[in-house]
Amino acid sequence: MAEQDPQRRRPSGLLRAVGVSRSFEGLQALTDVDLELARSEVVGLIGPNGAGKTTLVNVLTGFDFPTTGRVELEERDVTRWPPQRRGRAGLARTFQHGHAFKGLTVRENVEVAALGVGASSRDARTRAHRLLGALGLAARADEAASVLPHGDERKLGVARALATEPRFVLMDEPAAGLTEAEVPDLAAVVRSVRDEHGAGVLLIDHNVTLILDVCDRIQVLDQGRTLAEGTPEEIRKNIDVANAYLGGSGRDV
Amino acid sequence: MNWGQAIADAISLGALYGLVAVGIGLVFGVMRLINFAYGELITAGAYVLAYTGGWPAPLAILMCVAAVVALALVQERVAFRPLRRMGASPAAMLVATFAVSFLLQAIYLLAFGSRGQIVGTLGQLNSAFTVDGVDIRWILLVTTVTGAILLLATGALLNRTTIGLHVRAAAQDFRTARILGVRANRVIGLSFVVAGVLAAAVSVLYTVSNPLVQPQMGVPITIFALVGVVVGGLDRLWSAALGGFAVGFVYGMFGDLLSSQQTVYLPAVVYGSVILVLLLRPAGLFAPLHARQVERV
Ligand SMILES: Nc1ncnc2c1ncn2[C@@H]1O[C@H](COP(=O)(O)OP(=O)(O)OP(=O)(O)O)[C@@H](O)[C@H]1O
Ligand SMILES: [Mg+2]
Repeated sequence: MAEQDPQRRRPSGLLRAVGVSRSFEGLQALTDVDLELARSEVVGLIGPNGAGKTTLVNVLTGFDFPTTGRVELEERDVTRWPPQRRGRAGLARTFQHGHAFKGLTVRENVEVAALGVGASSRDARTRAHRLLGALGLAARADEAASVLPHGDERKLGVARALATEPRFVLMDEPAAGLTEAEVPDLAAVVRSVRDEHGAGVLLIDHNVTLILDVCDRIQVLDQGRTLAEGTPEEIRKNIDVANAYLGGSGRDV
Repeated sequence: MNWGQAIADAISLGALYGLVAVGIGLVFGVMRLINFAYGELITAGAYVLAYTGGWPAPLAILMCVAAVVALALVQERVAFRPLRRMGASPAAMLVATFAVSFLLQAIYLLAFGSRGQIVGTLGQLNSAFTVDGVDIRWILLVTTVTGAILLLATGALLNRTTIGLHVRAAAQDFRTARILGVRANRVIGLSFVVAGVLAAAVSVLYTVSNPLVQPQMGVPITIFALVGVVVGGLDRLWSAALGGFAVGFVYGMFGDLLSSQQTVYLPAVVYGSVILVLLLRPAGLFAPLHARQVERV
C-alpha cells in the first residue's frame, strides 16, 4: 500500500491493520496485510473463498491475534485487547455464521446490544424498532431468533451490531442468503450507517454488484495477500480483465 | 402414613429441590459451571439460623439471607473469578468447585464441631392443620407456596428486567454477549446473588423439618438436586426446576410410603432411574425430542 502523507490523514477516526500476518500451523492465512478504514466511509473487502477475509476481521476485532503486525484503533495500539474492550471502544462486527441469541426474540437480540452500551430500556426499544424496520425484520420482531431463515439471521446480526451505535462496523457477508430483492435494503442500511451515523463500514461479500454499488474503496485479498486496491471503477476494470482471461461471469469473486 | 400426607410431603420436598435445582441451573446457564459447593451455601445458612436462635424469626432469616448471599459472592470472587481470569479449563473449574465444597465443610467442622447444632427458627410451623382427616404440617404449605413464589420471581427477574435480558443473552452465548457490552462480572455476580437467595430460602425451609445442622448437611441435597437438574435438562431453567421437583417428589413419596427397611434402597433406585433417563434421553426428560445435546458441562 502506498504511504499516504501523514498530514492529510485525520488524526483520529481510523481503524488500521498494519503489516498483519497470521499463520495456522503452517497455513499462511494472512501475509503482511495493511488495511485502513476511516469513519464515514464504506470499504469493500473481497476475494475468493479462503482468501483470509474472515481471519482479518477476527484479528481486527480481537477474536484472533496476528502472528506479526498490529491493529490500531484511533491511534491506540489495540492488538492485544480482548474483543469486549474493543467493543466498548466502538468496534462492532457481524458474523459469517450465526451467533444470534437463539433463545431470545428478534427484538430482544437487538435490545440487549443497545442496553449493553448503556441505552435506557426505552431507548433500546426505539432503537430496536427503528433498526428492525430498516432491515425489513419488523414483522418478525417477536419471533424467537431460532426460527429465522438464514438471510434474516444475517440481517439480525447487522441490526444487533448497529444497535451498539459503533464507530466502526465490520460486516462479514451480511448479504449471503438474501434474495435479490432484499439486497437494495441492505445497501440502503449500509449507506445510512455511513451518512447518518458517520461510522466506518468494512463490507465483506461475494456479491460484487452490492460491493461495487455501495463501497467508496475496495481491497481485494487473495491467498492472504492484498492483490489490488482502488475505487469501484478501478476494481471493476480489474474484474473485467480477470473475467476476460478466466471466462468468469463477474457475479462472484 | 396415608396417601394424602405422602402427597403433601412429596410436593413440598419437590418444591424444595426445585429451588436448589434452579440455584444450580442459574449459575450453570451463565458460566457452564456446575457449582458443587452450592450445598455448602445451604449449610452456611442453616448454621446462621442455629446461632441466631434467640432472635426474632424475621431478623434471623434476614441475617441468613445476607450471610448466604455474601458467601456466594465470596465463592465467585475468591475462587471462580481468578480461575476464570487465568483461562482455566471447564474441568479445572469443576474440580475447583469440589475443592471449595470440601474446604467449606472442613471449616464448618473446625468452627462448629461434628456433633451438630439445632435450629429452632420457625419450629412452630411443624404444627399441623387438618383437611379431610389428613393432618398437614404448616411447613409443607409454606414450603410449597414460598417455592412457587421464588421460582416465579426468578422467572420475572430474568424475563422482565434489563439485567435479566443480559443474563439470558450471556447464558446463550457468553462471548458474543460480552462484545455487545454485556458486563460478564455483573451478570455472573447477579446469578450468584439470586442463587444465594434461593439457597438461603432452602436453609430456612429445610431446617424446619430437619433441624439438625452438620458440616456435611449440604452434600446430599446438592447431589439430589443435581440428579434432578440432569434428569430435567440443564439447558433451560424451567426444565431444571421441573427435574428438581420430580426428584424431590419421588423421594418424598417413596420415603413416606416405604418402611424404613425399604428406604435404604431408595438412593439406589433414584440413581438407577437417572442412569436409565440419561441412556434414553441424554438431553433431559423435559428437553424437546430432537434438542441437540448440552454443549459443555
Ligand atoms: N482457526 C483456524 N485454524 C486453522 N485454519 C484456519 C482457521 N481459520 C481460518 N483458517 C484457514 O485460513 C484460511 C483463510 O480463511 P478465512 O475464513 O479467513 O477465509 P475467507 O476469506 O473468510 O473465506 P470465505 O469467503 O469462505 O468466508 C483458510 O484456508 C482457512 O482454512
Ligand atoms: Mg469468511
